[in-house]
Amino acid sequence: MNTPAQLPGFFSRLSIALGAFFKSLGDAEFAARVRDDGVGPIAAPAPAPTPAPAPVPAAPVLRAPTAESALQLLSLFQREARLIDFTQENLAAYSDADIGAAARVVHEGCARVLREHFTIEPVRSENEGARVTLEEGFDAASVRLTGNVVGQAPFKGTLSHRGWKAAAVTLPQLAEKHDARVLAPAEVEL
Amino acid sequence: MSDARYAIGIDLGTTHSALSYVDLQSSDGEKTVDGVLSVPQLTAPGTVEALPLLPSFLYLPHPDELAPGELGLPWNPNGESQIAGEMARSRGATTPIRLVSSAKSWLSHPSVDRRAAILPHDAPDEVARVSPLEASTRYLEHLRQAWNAAHPDAPFDQQQVTVTIPASFDPGARELTAEAARNAGFAPTLLEEPQAALYSWIQGSKGAWRKQVKAGDIVLVVDVGGGTSDFSLIAILERDGKLEPHRVAVGDHILLGGDNMDLALAHFVARKLQANGTQLDSWQMRALTYGCRSAKEHLLADANATVWPIVVPSRGSKLIGGSIRTELTRDEVTAFITDGFFPRVEASARPAVRTRAGLTQVGLPYAQDAAITKHLAAFLARQQGATAELEGFAVNEQHRDGGPTFLHPSAVLFNGGVFKSDILAKRVMETINDWLYMEGAEPARMLEGADLDLAVARGAAYFSYARRGGGVRIRGGTARSYYVGVESSMPAIPGMEPPIEALCVAPFGMEEGSELELPGQEFGLVIGEPVNFRFFGSTTRRQDRIGEVLEFWGPDELQELGEIQATLPAEGRVAGDVVQVKLHALATDAGTLELAAVARDGQRWKIEFDVRQQ
Repeated sequence: MNTPAQLPGFFSRLSIALGAFFKSLGDAEFAARVRDDGVGPIAAPAPAPTPAPAPVPAAPVLRAPTAESALQLLSLFQREARLIDFTQENLAAYSDADIGAAARVVHEGCARVLREHFTIEPVRSENEGARVTLEEGFDAASVRLTGNVVGQAPFKGTLSHRGWKAAAVTLPQLAEKHDARVLAPAEVEL
Repeated sequence: MSDARYAIGIDLGTTHSALSYVDLQSSDGEKTVDGVLSVPQLTAPGTVEALPLLPSFLYLPHPDELAPGELGLPWNPNGESQIAGEMARSRGATTPIRLVSSAKSWLSHPSVDRRAAILPHDAPDEVARVSPLEASTRYLEHLRQAWNAAHPDAPFDQQQVTVTIPASFDPGARELTAEAARNAGFAPTLLEEPQAALYSWIQGSKGAWRKQVKAGDIVLVVDVGGGTSDFSLIAILERDGKLEPHRVAVGDHILLGGDNMDLALAHFVARKLQANGTQLDSWQMRALTYGCRSAKEHLLADANATVWPIVVPSRGSKLIGGSIRTELTRDEVTAFITDGFFPRVEASARPAVRTRAGLTQVGLPYAQDAAITKHLAAFLARQQGATAELEGFAVNEQHRDGGPTFLHPSAVLFNGGVFKSDILAKRVMETINDWLYMEGAEPARMLEGADLDLAVARGAAYFSYARRGGGVRIRGGTARSYYVGVESSMPAIPGMEPPIEALCVAPFGMEEGSELELPGQEFGLVIGEPVNFRFFGSTTRRQDRIGEVLEFWGPDELQELGEIQATLPAEGRVAGDVVQVKLHALATDAGTLELAAVARDGQRWKIEFDVRQQ
């Protein structure tokens, strides 16, 4: 991470968010701490600009292996889906038809990465729009209450998003000396 | 190997290999506990992933090409100098001169020296090439090490291991496959792939297969893999109240598979783009082939889809604007794949054979006619008499006009990723059923529930298990009779090759473990001087007994295989002496055929199928 500023840049935030996400999955205590600190749950591993976790509890997350996993995932998205190429371009210069053609590459590749490396399931099995009841002691890390949040459980409300959770994560193993910061090597044709 | 804990099956494929296993301790009868090994392999420099398939590709990197430490594998932190698997495939796509592919097809190519370092065959001189045998050894070694890493308590070489081969492999290619396994550190049993597919289907049915087939059924196995097409016929017999599958016939070696289809489509789409002024380079061409494959799979899986877009991404980092968009339509896929590779043809159709343009063939001998249904028609016609000798099989003679012109299968089992498309499986079924209808026979049914990708590996593991007495066995013995050419005693006619007679040295249907001696005939072999014989095989001559001499045979009946060679090393005898030997044929337990020269005092020498080219 080369961002010189005090505040983390987009990729740093992505890395932190993903790190917190994976750690929450694997480490119940950490997940509880995230919940207790009032940090919003992290919805999905997709590179959405999720709210960055507060820096204090995130501090132990910045261990090297976690950053490496994020870099690794970026590298996969670039290799399979050309995601970095896509996001580094200025869309203003192109017609929607050109963007659409490229988006097919990105969509197909991202879907492949998610399918091969994650088992992604909805948090709630009900249809969106359905009425749901949250009993006392529900898992606040996996269900986020919005709107008129008052009173006591059980809470009754409408499911506006089903949520996503990764039931399994299988990222490739990396060689000891592998430099994960190289997301895509330059190519020189001889 | 009584202490084996697992029965292991390896599908050593042209484009992919896989390893499946049955846990012997937890399996009983037809209830088996089985799994597929995830094979750790490099997928990118410094990146190891465990995948269910090991792509059968070998990449020979330049010494400066990769940073040190980037090739480590779980069982070897320094890595091998040759990379096998997914990374080999993807890296080789951009550097084909360092990529070994289709080693299996080369291993069965009789006119090259398969122990010579000839691959990649278009590599420049500085690349240290490998032989087809070495490449196959490397894939098997990789699987062995992956197994040992996952099962440290059950070492690979102590398990019961079966390796699959195409049914059409000749004795030389079978022997080389067994040798590759021995070089990789284990003693395998060989099994024909269509049989493995049937074993997998039997295993998958959990006993219900007895309801889906009955005594008197003839099952046609159609196996279209990545690089080869392979057919077998398996008759279902009843013995002592038990159903017993008998493999009665195998087809010829056809180098034609799913990869050819993708390539054909890609060239078609490239021509379409060229007509619009877009020229693709070789990198884009490969991307287009991938795109065509996925478009083909979508269009062939969904009968309602009419068009599927294909995008060839730009090579540089400018993805938008630099990418080329095109599309594939249903009509094109139908014309190219369904009608091109699986045309509706008459039962009398035969594949076209063109005479080869040049004498020096460097590449692989690909099938000249892409129509798989024509190859199938020829196979069924040639094998019309395949069940004549089996008890309980009435030769179907009732027929409108004349006798049947081909063997009538009553059930069809598909194997290979190509048949994930229902449209293609349906096309083959319809074509076969049209042929059957024309001869007044009942339509054949399709056997359901086949696992198209992993059936061969799974079936091989089940076979390893069945060999120990656990499950159903397919019988049948060797699927060819073999002959050596001997000069006829007829006087030579000027301008004509001296006529040759074929002496049967191994009859059809030799059961494994049996040995036969060629009666009467003795050969005088000179110590220290190699003697070459012309060698022939037949998939149809079932009645010839050992020692029988054929003076005439039909053009289709005998196929000439590579020459075989007997060399008698001195070993205590005097070079130049003549030793009288008899020929012996041995069908080994491992599934290979051995020919041996046996002297009167019992000393024996193996006759090599794979003669080194000079």
